[in-house]
Formats: sequence, structure tokens, C-alpha cells
Amino acid sequence: MLKMMLKRFLQTIPTLFIVVTITFCLTRMLPGDPAVAILGIEAKQEDIEAMRAKMNLDKSLPEQYRLYITGLVKGDFGYSYSYRQDVFGLIISRIPNTLSLTLVALVFAFFIGTAVGIAAAIKQNTWFDYVFMVLALVGVSMPIFWMALMLVLQFSVKMNLLPVMGMGDWSKGFGDVVSHMILPGFCLATIPMATFARTTRSSMIETLSSDYIRCLRARGIREWKVIMIHGLKNALPPLVTVLGLQIASTFTGAIITEGIFSWPGMGTMINTAINNRDYSLIQGTVLFSAIMFVFCNMLVDMAYLVLNPKVKEV
Amino acid sequence: MSENKTQDILGREANMAMLQKERKANNAWNKLKRNRTAMIGFFIVAFMILMALLAPVISPYSPNAINPGIPFKGIGFKGHLLGTDDLGRDILSRIIYGARVSLIVAVGATLVGAGIGVLIGLVAGYFGGWLDAVLMRIMDGMFSFPFILLAMILITVFGNGVTNVIFAIGIASVPGFARVTRGQVIIVKEEEYCNACRVVGVSDTRLLFLHILPNCVSQIIVYATLRVASAIISEASLSFLGLGIALPTASWGSILRVGRDCLTTAPHVAGVAGVFILVTVIGFNLLGDGIRDVMDPKMKQ
Repeated sequence: MLKMMLKRFLQTIPTLFIVVTITFCLTRMLPGDPAVAILGIEAKQEDIEAMRAKMNLDKSLPEQYRLYITGLVKGDFGYSYSYRQDVFGLIISRIPNTLSLTLVALVFAFFIGTAVGIAAAIKQNTWFDYVFMVLALVGVSMPIFWMALMLVLQFSVKMNLLPVMGMGDWSKGFGDVVSHMILPGFCLATIPMATFARTTRSSMIETLSSDYIRCLRARGIREWKVIMIHGLKNALPPLVTVLGLQIASTFTGAIITEGIFSWPGMGTMINTAINNRDYSLIQGTVLFSAIMFVFCNMLVDMAYLVLNPKVKEV
Repeated sequence: MSENKTQDILGREANMAMLQKERKANNAWNKLKRNRTAMIGFFIVAFMILMALLAPVISPYSPNAINPGIPFKGIGFKGHLLGTDDLGRDILSRIIYGARVSLIVAVGATLVGAGIGVLIGLVAGYFGGWLDAVLMRIMDGMFSFPFILLAMILITVFGNGVTNVIFAIGIASVPGFARVTRGQVIIVKEEEYCNACRVVGVSDTRLLFLHILPNCVSQIIVYATLRVASAIISEASLSFLGLGIALPTASWGSILRVGRDCLTTAPHVAGVAGVFILVTVIGFNLLGDGIRDVMDPKMKQ
């Protein structure tokens, strides 16, 4: 198994290389001169030339590419001119905010979604099953930015219960942090929760109708044990795949959700970067999120290996 | 003797009739008709498409007709069933015309993604080896970018406008199609009939497009239907962020963007647009799930 894990790890290297190359090409294709974007339209020609030289933009594309790669290897993601800060440092300072939001959302989504899925599978074709599966269908189809607006309207504007934007402050107490997190967290959790519920339900139904479960029941094993221990264990692998995919799409969702709630994370930063044509920052954040996704995928595949001994290829 | 013969013929006819009936019942469309949830999806989708097609006939006003005297009127305002927006434009008309843009973008993007992705998947899956490795690693690389980020950057590169949005969303959905197709090709190409084709000397291209592709189509159609649903959301989110369809062109996303700015004064603008997006996406999802059940009962997500 270790050998397969190593093989899977090595597979990430060409993917990472391609990710870096695509990022480089895309940012070079962006219209407008970044040097002008930094200095303003009225800057003097020689200042612009000097800035271009400083940013290596005066060199040939292959040379720029080479410099970019060597920089990355040294951990140099470039310098953000709109924030006047090192890109890597900027990402590191923002990532905890995004991670805390996505993690809270994912953990809630996973437990609630799975629980609902299991319950729906056990009570298949009852009103409970129908109601929750319709809700789950609505959930996976939800444009979350719209839902965010509607929730803000209802809970912040009309009922004045929850704050409209920003992140809570620990110095103002636990309640402040939690109240700021409820709306964006709920928005972000909607799609993964619904997806978990649907996947768990179908996977559970399939598992619970298999022969070994019938056998366990015939042996008189307690029902909760049959379901929660033997059933769930075998229904788990598809869930792990979905979890991996959901990590990535929740992160994507965070880009939009953060914008709506002015959550000071990576999402708002990416928006600013694109608006200001901040090449290094766009490159940095896009690359960073892609690398995160590649590693998440790798971990998921490895978890799959551990959970499902039948898998021989990765 | 002759009585036996008649019975024989009758039996054969009955048999034929039964076979025919069974064939008819197993016909994909009839199977779909029996699937109640899929039919709900089908009717929602059909309704939205009809609405988009008949926009000039059924829309009460021009979608861009400004009437500054009646801004922010609520649902049910005289003459404006769904109210008006910030410039007094009729929301119902904008929704009806917006359906055109949103559906064209969603379907167009899916076709672009499917066209490129299926081709890559076919080639990678069929020829295998280094070509497969290179193509699929590139797809993995593209897949690693958050979908909306990739589309956002592509829009910034290409600029706004319907065609550009179609290409941006389409290109971002290429890797998904490539993966689905490749996975299916790898299974299909080992089937007996493909070996038989090779034995009689059918060329690679012919085998690939006339024998393998038709046997992958069901999976591709299912994926495409579900993909249209998410393309609608992608268009809406891009327009919502101001990167998609530019105002004053009405699309569901751009109506929502207007609605965001007047959320407190006229919440119905955002509300109505969102409901249409949600219902349409539900429709495509139901239809996609239904087609999947019909095409291949064994195939689960």
C-alpha cells in the first residue's frame, strides 16, 4: 500500500507543473499593462519602463517563465502591488479566515448531511425520506449567492438578528464570532450538505440491501449496530470521493460568499486582485488554490486506498 | 393438423405483438415518461425553453423599455405582474428575455465543453499510452482550478459579452467531459464488437466515431444535462459579480445583480430572478437524474 501511496504522490508532480504553466499562460494573456495598472495612466514613460524591468516584463516569455518557476521553487510568489505586500505572506495571512469558514461549513455539512442521508435510507419511501430528498434537491440546485442575499434580507435587514457583513472579533466574545459566521457558513454549507445527504442515502440503500447485511440481521445483531457499524463502513467510500470534490467546490463557493458578506478571506482578495489587474496576486492565489486542490485530491485517493482494500489502481 | 397450424401462427403473432409491446415500453422516451420526477424536470425545462423561444410574443413590454416614473414597484403592480426595477423596466419582460440569454449561454457553454472534452476523452481513452498520460494530466491541471476562478480569468482575458461568457464557461467544463468520455471509452474499446471491427480492418477513426462514440453517448448526455444546470448557475454567478453578461442586456444573473443593489428597497427584483434560476436548475437536475436512470439502471453517481 505504501508503494501505491508513493506512486500517487509522484503523480501530483506533473499535475502541479501543468497547473503552474496554465497559471503563467493565463496571467500573461490578461489584457492591460500591469505596470500601468500599478503606476496609474498618467505615469511617466520612463517610470513605466523601470517598473516593467523590475517586474521582469521586459524579458522574453520563456525567460519570464524560467524566472517565475525558479522563484516559485524558492517560495517566492511575487509582490502584490495593490496591497503593497509579499504575495505569499498575504495569502498566509488570509488563508486562516477562509479555512475557518470553509471548515466549519464542511464539518456541519458532513455530519448533518450524512445523518439525514442515513435516516432517509432507513426510512426509504416514507414522508421523511420524500421531504428531505426534495430539500436536498433544492439544496444542490441552489444559487448560493442568491440564497445569501435572501438570508441577509430576512435575518439581518428585516429581523435585525444577525450582522450583515464582516468577521467577528474574538475580543468581543464568542457570541460575536459565532453570529458573524452563521449566515456565510450556512450558505457555504448548503450545497455540500445536500450532496452528502443524497450520496449517503443512495450508498446506504445499496449497502443495506446486500446479502451480508441480511445475514447479520438474521444472526440477530442489533439493528443500530448493523446500520451504524457494518452498513456505514461499507457505504463510506463513495462519501469520501464526494468529500474530496466538495472541499474544492466549497472553496470556490467561498470566493462568492466571501464577496457578499465582506469576509476578509481569499475570496475577497481574489476579487480585488482581478479588479486591480494585480498579476502576481492573481497568479499567487490561483496557483495556491489549485495546489491545495491537487493535494486534497491526493489525500482523498489515499484515504480511498485505506478504506477500500479492493482498490488496486490509483 | 390444420388446427395445430392455426394455433402455431396465432401463437407466433401473439409473441410478436408482445415483443413489440415490450420494445415500445423499453423505448427510452417511454421509460422516461414513466419516471414521474424526470417528467417534472422535463416540463420545467420545456416551459423555460418555450418561454425563451416565444419571448417576443409573450413578453408584455420591451425588456429594456425604461419608465422612470414607476421605479421599484412591487409584485402585482398595475400592468406589471412581477413589478419593476430601478429604471422602471418591467421585470416579467426582463425575466422572459433573460431566459433566452441564460439558456443560450448555458446550453452553448455545455456544447463547447462537450465538443472539446469528448474529443480529448475519445483520443486519450482510445490510443492510451503517453498521449493519454499527457492529455489527462493537462485535464487534471485544468480541473484543479476552482471552476469560477478559471471562468473569471478567461472572462477577463476575452472580455464581457455573450459569446465570451459561453467560451469561458465552456472551456472551464472541458476536463469534466474529457474524464467522463475517457472512462467510458476505456471500457467500450475492449468489447467484443470492437475487436471484431479491428479484425475486419476497420480504421481507427471509423471505429472511434462510428462504434465507440455511440456507445459512450448515454453517459455523455447524462453528464451534459447536469452540466447545463451548473452552467446556468455559473452564468448567473459571473454576471452577478459583474464579469458575465453586461447590463443592460437582461440575463437572470444580470437581473440579480441589479436586485442586489436595491435589496432593501425592492427585494422582489432579486427574489424573482433567483426563483427562476433555482427552478430551472432543479428542472435540469431532475431531467438529468431521470435520463441516467433510464439510460442505464446500473449507473449510479
